[in-house]
Amino acid sequence: MSAFRDAGHLLRFAGLFVLAFIIFLVVRKVVVPKSFGEYGHYRGASIGEIAAHPAHFAGHQACDACHTDIADEKKGGKHAHVNCEACHGALGKHADDPASVTPAKLDTAVLCVRCHAASVAKPKNFPQVDAADHANGVPCETCHKPHNPALEAGGAK
Amino acid sequence: MNLSRRQLMILLPAAAIAWEHVLAGTPEAAPNYTMSEHWWSMLIDIPKCIGCGNCVRACQAENDVPDGRFRTWVERYHVSDENMMYPEVISPDGGKEGFPSVAKADAGKYFFVPKLCNHCADSPCTQVCPVGATFIAPDGVVLVDQKYCMGCAYCVQACPYGCRYIHPEKKVADKCTLCYHRITKGLTTACCEACPTGARQLVDLKNPNDPIHEFLRTHAVQVLKPQMATGAKVFYNELDGSVR
Repeated sequence: MSAFRDAGHLLRFAGLFVLAFIIFLVVRKVVVPKSFGEYGHYRGASIGEIAAHPAHFAGHQACDACHTDIADEKKGGKHAHVNCEACHGALGKHADDPASVTPAKLDTAVLCVRCHAASVAKPKNFPQVDAADHANGVPCETCHKPHNPALEAGGAK
Repeated sequence: MNLSRRQLMILLPAAAIAWEHVLAGTPEAAPNYTMSEHWWSMLIDIPKCIGCGNCVRACQAENDVPDGRFRTWVERYHVSDENMMYPEVISPDGGKEGFPSVAKADAGKYFFVPKLCNHCADSPCTQVCPVGATFIAPDGVVLVDQKYCMGCAYCVQACPYGCRYIHPEKKVADKCTLCYHRITKGLTTACCEACPTGARQLVDLKNPNDPIHEFLRTHAVQVLKPQMATGAKVFYNELDGSVR
């Protein structure tokens, strides 16, 4: 026992260390979120929180479910693979509640040139027009139906 | 109420299990979605991009991205014949309202490069986060836990692609989530939904029926900055060598 004769002050320190360690464990238990470490070094519950963000775009499947006439009109045309919301904008609210939320009418003068304005920077095989030269101010939909833009006379490219 | 000791011994563990469920909180938003069955990425078909900016606007609308910050943006490259190494790159307001038209071709070539988070498999941004606020989800999407992020911006500096920013109001890191709230519900991303030419395609590498497998076999596909060994997962078809 002689080796521990004057060890009283060391034991008091050891007690302090043990107490501090217990406090650390308690604080850690309280502060670290429950799902931390579920999948890795992060809060697992945050994945579900991010997935719960509301969607604003309904998706073309939702459009096609009701607007079968438009889907048929588009079929076979140049715009067959252009999704509805590419032009009409995000309409998730309309899809959720078709009666009270109605989409605004679109302005083809703005919309068509957004894609089809001539620019040598665009891919060569993409149909482009110089709007002022091409139509002389006549609205696009006078000749081209937006959902199936080929001219009815059959002369369109 | 009279409970025998036997009944109490049966009820106590049941109550403990029920309490665990209460503590676990609300289940995930998409109950039919299994993270381990997916490995998400994106395909960008450069020859199809017309620089309309639909993707940038759609992303902003879908994810409430503040003005002047971008989760996705479009760059226009002009590579002249004399100086292939130093292309002229413009991206006015992220290409949100399109690009100034070019009337006649100058020397060289033009093309558009849409950019977004590459959702790297070995992402530098998640490695530098000091608090575990950004991470690679089990389905390969790099996400930010905005409740945990303290806005130190290490990740913003670490991303070699410049895909992150500090949200001006929330003061936390923000970036493309690959529309995580959509892809977990079976929808495609907002940018892919709005792209009129199909230049952007959502890809699930773990889905054996995904057309990406055939595409990767038959096309000249690259990722950005492969020398950084980030394991970038956004594939670019016919990417020009001048793109950084």
